[in-house]
Amino acid sequence: MAYNILFAGFGGQGVQFAAKVTTYSGMMSGSEVSLLPSYGPEMRGGTSNCAVRIDNKMIASPIVNEPNLLMALNQPSYDKFVEKVEEGGTVIFDDSLIKRTDARTDISVYPIPATKLAREHGFQGLANMIALGYMAKKTGFLSLDVLKEGLAKAVPASKAALLGKNIEALEFGFNY
Amino acid sequence: MSKVLMKGNEAIAEAAIRAGCLHFFGYPITPQTEVAAYFSKKLPKLGGTFLQAESEVAAINMVLGAASAGVRAMTSSSSPGISLKTEGISYIIGSDLPCLIINVQRGGPGLGGIQPSQSDYWQATKAPGHGDGHLLVYAPDRVQEIIEYIFTAFDKAEEYRMPAMLLLDGTLGQMMEPVSFDDIPTPVKHEKPWATNGHKNAREHNIINSLFLKPEELEIKNFERFERYAKVCENEQRYEEYMTDDAEIIIVAIGIAARVSKSAIDDARAAGIKVGLLRPITVFPFPTKAFDKIKNDPKVKSVLTVELNMGQMTDDVKLALECKKPVELLRHTGGIVPTPKEVFAKLCELNGGIKK
Repeated sequence: MAYNILFAGFGGQGVQFAAKVTTYSGMMSGSEVSLLPSYGPEMRGGTSNCAVRIDNKMIASPIVNEPNLLMALNQPSYDKFVEKVEEGGTVIFDDSLIKRTDARTDISVYPIPATKLAREHGFQGLANMIALGYMAKKTGFLSLDVLKEGLAKAVPASKAALLGKNIEALEFGFNY
Repeated sequence: MSKVLMKGNEAIAEAAIRAGCLHFFGYPITPQTEVAAYFSKKLPKLGGTFLQAESEVAAINMVLGAASAGVRAMTSSSSPGISLKTEGISYIIGSDLPCLIINVQRGGPGLGGIQPSQSDYWQATKAPGHGDGHLLVYAPDRVQEIIEYIFTAFDKAEEYRMPAMLLLDGTLGQMMEPVSFDDIPTPVKHEKPWATNGHKNAREHNIINSLFLKPEELEIKNFERFERYAKVCENEQRYEEYMTDDAEIIIVAIGIAARVSKSAIDDARAAGIKVGLLRPITVFPFPTKAFDKIKNDPKVKSVLTVELNMGQMTDDVKLALECKKPVELLRHTGGIVPTPKEVFAKLCELNGGIKK
């Protein structure tokens, strides 16, 4: 199965990091991977997005125009990208921040109040990992174990102390 | 093979360090600033020089100085910054010095935009500065290939005593892919008897200069330089062919446009369209040898160029084909990257629809 994934949200919500964890995990599961971030002013507070491709054959273009998997963590991202999701695709979105506005019936849509859950359960700033865990549960695109391995790779050595809490948030989302 | 995930821009810096380049001079500009950021962390610990100059003009002239001393030196920028460097690049060409220049292109002209582009193709291949002169120009299309061609670029720059450039686009600079440094070559060591380095009076003074006031002297310099360029054109053409064996339509594209085209080719092949890709890896020298086959191949009905500019490389394609095949162009500018769907639609049109 080839996954063309778009992670989108505000700069600072950790969409780039969730994308990096996913890419590392895909790589460690033996697939071909690529990651292409949006760059420029959006990195500094605007809407940030990141395209990840996971495939078992060589990846030609790293660009994702029509995702089959979308993680949306803010309203502008949801509104911008939900119409682009491929027929039969899956959307994970944070319904503590996003009101569903579309009327699509040809895609699977799974809400999770990731930001609210993060605040209430001591995972401040880790809504991204909660949403990622939930995405793994709902789609099986990567196993929880391989995501944990990817997470361990993606957390830089200077921030190793944060790994444990990230793993907990990932598990929390998976078990939600 | 151990793989790490790396951004194109970071891979440039890591590969250059491993190729023995410990002297970097630059000035920040999107979308290539990570090159300088990576060097700034690594080079001081390695006893090298990282210097953020006061401008692009200063940075390229520092490269001229360092290259004169015989060390591997480089700079990196994006389109408007490269324009500022062209004076220094011309002086480096005129001084027959090897060095490496990175251009992670963004949309132009002027300050343009910051999204990916290939609109400096003419500048890189035809007029990198004033005067007669060329750069060796490599246009890889993936992060692992960037690493490979950093080594090639330094090696060939020193072999031919001319500056080399990696011509990339914003996508390649920003994207991350798994890469391995397991199979990198040992940097080739070239003798540099011309270098203006310390020698304790063991030899005559070397002088590095691009000023020759006697016309006869200057002309000899230019003729000699172009003899080297002729060797470069003969020996250094690099390209990749993808599914070209039975192809009736040939796409010619570089960098991100080539990768998008590969996606479209896979879809087109599945729909029964016989299409392949010719991807120039060197754009100076332009891989004319690859076109010699195509231009006389009765199977090939048409050639399609896909570019992130108004059709700059298309000129070279037409020249290489000696106008023996019709050439169509699919283009976007300003930071827009063609989609595989657009390329696929164009292929269907060229094929006269999809035959079942």
